[in-house]
Amino acid sequence: MSFDPYASSRETTEGRVYSVTGGDWDELSTEIGATKEERVVVNMGPQHPSTHGVLRLILELEGETVTEARCGIGYLHTGIEKNTEYRTWTQGVTYVTRMDYLAPIFNETAYCMSVEKLLGITDQIPERAQVIRVMMMELNRISSHMVCFGTGGLELGALTPIFFAFRDRETVLDIFEEVSGLRMNMAYIRPGGVAQDVPADAVSRIREACRDMRKSFKDNETLLVGNSIWMKRTKDVGYLDLAGCMTLGVTGPILRAAGMPWDLRKSQPYSGYENYNFDVITTDTSDAYGRFLVRLGELEQSLRIIEQCCDFLDKLNGAPVMVADKKIAWPAQLSVSADGMGNSLAHIREIMGESMEALIHHFKIVTEGFRVPAGQAYAAVESPRGETGVHTVSDGGTRPYRVHFREPSFNNLQSTAAMCEGGMIADVISAVASIDPVMGGVDR
Amino acid sequence: MFGVNGSGDTSGFGGLVRVGSSSGSSERPYGSYFDEIADDLERAYPEFNDAIEAVVVQNGELTLHVNREKLEDVARILRDNPKLQFEMCLGVSGVHYPDQTGRELHAVYPLLSMTHNRRLRLEVSVPDSDPHIPTLVEVWAGNNWHERETFDMFGIIFDGHAGLTRILMPDDWAGHPQRKDYPLGGIPVEFHGATVPAPSERRSYR
Amino acid sequence: MGLEEKLPSGIMLTTVEKLAGYIRKTSLWPASFGLACCAIEMMATTTAKYDLSRFGMEVFRGSPRQADLMIVAGRLSNKMAPVLRQIYDQMAGPKWVLAMGACASSGGMFNNYAIVQGVDHIVPVDIYLPGCPPRPEMLIDAIIKLHEQISDTKLGSNRAQIIREVEAAALAAKPVHQITGLLA
Ligand code: SF4
Repeated sequence: MSFDPYASSRETTEGRVYSVTGGDWDELSTEIGATKEERVVVNMGPQHPSTHGVLRLILELEGETVTEARCGIGYLHTGIEKNTEYRTWTQGVTYVTRMDYLAPIFNETAYCMSVEKLLGITDQIPERAQVIRVMMMELNRISSHMVCFGTGGLELGALTPIFFAFRDRETVLDIFEEVSGLRMNMAYIRPGGVAQDVPADAVSRIREACRDMRKSFKDNETLLVGNSIWMKRTKDVGYLDLAGCMTLGVTGPILRAAGMPWDLRKSQPYSGYENYNFDVITTDTSDAYGRFLVRLGELEQSLRIIEQCCDFLDKLNGAPVMVADKKIAWPAQLSVSADGMGNSLAHIREIMGESMEALIHHFKIVTEGFRVPAGQAYAAVESPRGETGVHTVSDGGTRPYRVHFREPSFNNLQSTAAMCEGGMIADVISAVASIDPVMGGVDR
Repeated sequence: MFGVNGSGDTSGFGGLVRVGSSSGSSERPYGSYFDEIADDLERAYPEFNDAIEAVVVQNGELTLHVNREKLEDVARILRDNPKLQFEMCLGVSGVHYPDQTGRELHAVYPLLSMTHNRRLRLEVSVPDSDPHIPTLVEVWAGNNWHERETFDMFGIIFDGHAGLTRILMPDDWAGHPQRKDYPLGGIPVEFHGATVPAPSERRSYR
Repeated sequence: MGLEEKLPSGIMLTTVEKLAGYIRKTSLWPASFGLACCAIEMMATTTAKYDLSRFGMEVFRGSPRQADLMIVAGRLSNKMAPVLRQIYDQMAGPKWVLAMGACASSGGMFNNYAIVQGVDHIVPVDIYLPGCPPRPEMLIDAIIKLHEQISDTKLGSNRAQIIREVEAAALAAKPVHQITGLLA
């Protein structure tokens, strides 16, 4: 083979290895065509436009059929679990929110629920804080599913869904920004409640946004549901039935698309989910199209829950959003001023000018944090991808001893092999997109 | 001026006294559905007293401390017995307790029974010098990657696992990063010829 | 590396510099190098609300061969670092690197064993963009600043002169972790 800058080759003990990096591969295909070898091992990623992040897929092909599929992960391993051990319990929220970066609120809530369990204050969380948590989680579910549709479509070559999806995502992010000050990675849910109350006029704005979104969700729906190209790319692709899901510990939309109505919000309600009316969406096709339909249905259910939250918030106007126990509650209140979100001036005036005790208290809680009784706890929430579980261990100190996340993306990605082997190489993309792994969650 | 040096504490305050967590056994009645689980397991598994080292009820959760030799038997019964039916194992979480001599490394398995809507936790502890635990991939296939992760981060060797290799760190990485004796940072960056000082050694933290 | 490198410094070179700078800045092709949370904001920048196509840059190339701007969006782990370098090497020059977000610029909040403390350990960075994650408007701002920088790029002997000066200054500078004062 003559020298080709895009495709060089070398001999190894495993056989001949070709490196191709884009461009014209004519020579490579001619040469492979000339050999008797039918089996080719293709490495896809970790930097590939259609692998949903820094995922590496190692595919063994016979012609266009995938005979073996393996995932290489860890390219985004961030050591977050170790980092939390060096910060206070409250600061831990700031780290865990960056794990599954499409579902920050779910990570925060799960983490805070486990800390609250350790503290034994699960039933002292004020009702308004619970409602705000539920509302933020459901908004977050919408924004996360939107990215799934957008990038999933992009990976299958459909450009339009991402524009509709990100338009709706922006609507949600605007609400997030108004409520928490940040579009992503908010660190808004805190042990004991939430960082601050929702602004006074936000509720009406959220109602309005729900009305708008209910209409604008139709765009993607009419574009994709029943679309013959979309159906051909996703129907009967990435098949994983109920038995497969159970063996592999798969949860979330994949499990519900296999016909099992398992949703922690219904089966093991937390944060007051038992007070809301909503349905668990299922399909029984067990394929990528079914998962798409489940996610689509969940959008509407999320809107329903958000609207009920708005009603609750109206009723609970002025109620506290942090536990009453001052030894745990975060002392500072945030507020928006000319240069953005920051400590409220009223609070700063109090601690700096009026009360020495308040200053000492603020200093102790903010720098040293609160002590958490020794022990371990596990708390789980239903994130957009399945069960996000947090195992926290405390040794009685002001910092976590160990925080471990059971990430649904990490677990569900294991099913790639079961979904892809025996199928065509083009279907690998659909299958992985329908798992909707977020590499930040997979690798943590 | 601020903080302490040498403890790896980068939070700027330091000086914390850590008390080791205790794992004394709880007394019956355990409350909730926990007694039923214990009874059913005892009935289904005659060697219950040998296998279960301690039963701990804490924060509304039931933990069974299992002897590692019996782990696989216990797991199979928990999965297959119609009264128990824990169909799902939600992974493995390693914990390193350097102070608990003889049982430094713990592996924690959260189990979930969808049929009965119950949760349970298994905990296995092994000494650092002999960090072997039988694999549960045969029982719950979904544990495959979770066990690889725990091996990667803590160095617990899961005997019988078909491909126990590193999963998150590069294959040639030395050490198991989430153990307590592993520093938070300060790993030399091999691509530049320069080193990055450990966070606790950096100027702003002193 | 064409004719412009041979030109003597003077009016001719500065004219070619201006022309080349204008052409380069207006035909920038970003390579998609999304790593973590910042990548989602990078994607948001290309969509309807922020509309990066106003600057003719909305199409992210999948192949580094076809790109000349690498937006490193997210935290770079030690495992990913060699991959990043390989992709950078595959890009044809002239090429630029934008470190998007706190993590890419400095390691951000992850001062630990897994994360490279700033991509400038691996590749030369032309512009750093702070924020966690930076808003789409900030990314657009950084890109416009980079455009200015590109259109002011010197060529040939003028460039050689600048490189010499910068290198001399860098060699004389003290490494950050050796700087004392303030608190220590
Ligand atoms: S800078 Fe912040 S948003 Fe960007 S990758 Fe790092 S943690 Fe994520």
